[in-house]
Amino acid sequence: METTPLKPQGVKRCSKLQFSLWMAVAGAVLLWGVYAMYLVWYKGLNQTNMNDAYGFALWIWADLAVIALGGGAFFTGFLTYIIGQDKLKNIINYAVIIGFICYSSALLILAIDIGQPLRGWFIFWHANEHSMLTEVAFCLSCYFAVLTIEFIPLILENPKLEKIPFLHHLSHNMHSIMGVFAATGVFLSFFHQGSLGGVSGVLFGRPFSFREGINVWPWTFFLFTWSAAACGPCFTILVTWITEKLTQKKLVKDDVIHLLAKISGWMLATYIIAKIIDTIYWAMVTAPSMGFRLMDFYSNNPVYGIELLILEIVVCGIIPAAILITPRGRENKSLLMLAVVLAVIGVSVNRWVMVLQTLAVPVVPFEEWFMYAPSWQEVATTILPIAYGIILISLAHRYLPVFPQERELNPQN
Amino acid sequence: MFPFSFEWEWDIVHMVFHGALWYAISIVGLGLTYCIIKSVVDTARQKENTHH
Repeated sequence: METTPLKPQGVKRCSKLQFSLWMAVAGAVLLWGVYAMYLVWYKGLNQTNMNDAYGFALWIWADLAVIALGGGAFFTGFLTYIIGQDKLKNIINYAVIIGFICYSSALLILAIDIGQPLRGWFIFWHANEHSMLTEVAFCLSCYFAVLTIEFIPLILENPKLEKIPFLHHLSHNMHSIMGVFAATGVFLSFFHQGSLGGVSGVLFGRPFSFREGINVWPWTFFLFTWSAAACGPCFTILVTWITEKLTQKKLVKDDVIHLLAKISGWMLATYIIAKIIDTIYWAMVTAPSMGFRLMDFYSNNPVYGIELLILEIVVCGIIPAAILITPRGRENKSLLMLAVVLAVIGVSVNRWVMVLQTLAVPVVPFEEWFMYAPSWQEVATTILPIAYGIILISLAHRYLPVFPQERELNPQN
Repeated sequence: MFPFSFEWEWDIVHMVFHGALWYAISIVGLGLTYCIIKSVVDTARQKENTHH
């Protein structure tokens, strides 16, 4: 067993050589993404395949998807610190790390997407109060700060850092008022997740995504928050399972995973009912009132067929919800993993159609469908956060006590 | 944006929108300040106790 003061005591980690090789592979992918990022910043947005029809493209989809998947941090934090589900303390650290990676990736992607990152602060200083995106920018940045604060005590628990008295006390004191930070995070998350849905819901010139709602908030506002709270924890479960497979160790007890899966399942079930009602009302009332039939949005193009709607609602909505709310379903490892994978795909498909299909659908009779394929620079910069996430998770797992149950579950160490 | 910015208007939209932002920032900032100050005090007390 290899131990150094830098690593948590009593747990087994791979050799330095194995770790270095693993990091080198992830690092190479990261460098490819950084090179593409450099090209975009140096040469401009002409490096992308965005055009007048696609002001939002792959990056914004990736942004919305990682923010939804990172929703596991705020929802697990809400359940742990506010509702008092103490069992989830055994997975909250990992949920926070995953959330931190997702939100820092989202901010990085936005920094690339705005083309001129040096002027990124304009959205705070010269804020347009009538834009949903301003609210997103405010809450996203603030919530990232909250996630950083939630991540810091875990970093300070590194054996070497913990020996420094001030850092030891700081970690303890931050833990003691974590509920305050978590509550602020829930408030911020509710609004930015919602406002991301609001962006497409208020587009009255785009009948595919336009929705009615309450006051200034279209139904998509609530559906986006709901789906993030439902599918974010599924992503946490999925990443935990992948980590267990890669490290060949059990890291979290089954009862913790089952509890999170059960809550996720009920959130997903109620969300999908709301989504079905929303879709029926939109197809039968909203869209026809604007001169469109349902099949106008799903025909005469090579990509967007009605099967996409079935995939999102039935295959990646009803099926995973049914598995997760049934004790027998979530206690069967294969079915549980199938459900969380489907839920993750489902929320990603939802974000894809709300961003990209919205822009693809012709809105006047003489227009054709607008098709788009990303450039390699867009693809590389979208893969970049995955490599960054792998690196950060690997470092965190190696040097920080992320999983409180790891030692107990792996006594042979 | 602050109330002294030239774009600021004293209407409900600006007050609610920016008020909520500054409220959230204040809670996070005050929480963090409390933790840092308490940690400095705790560390000093610990040192004092060690000396005694």
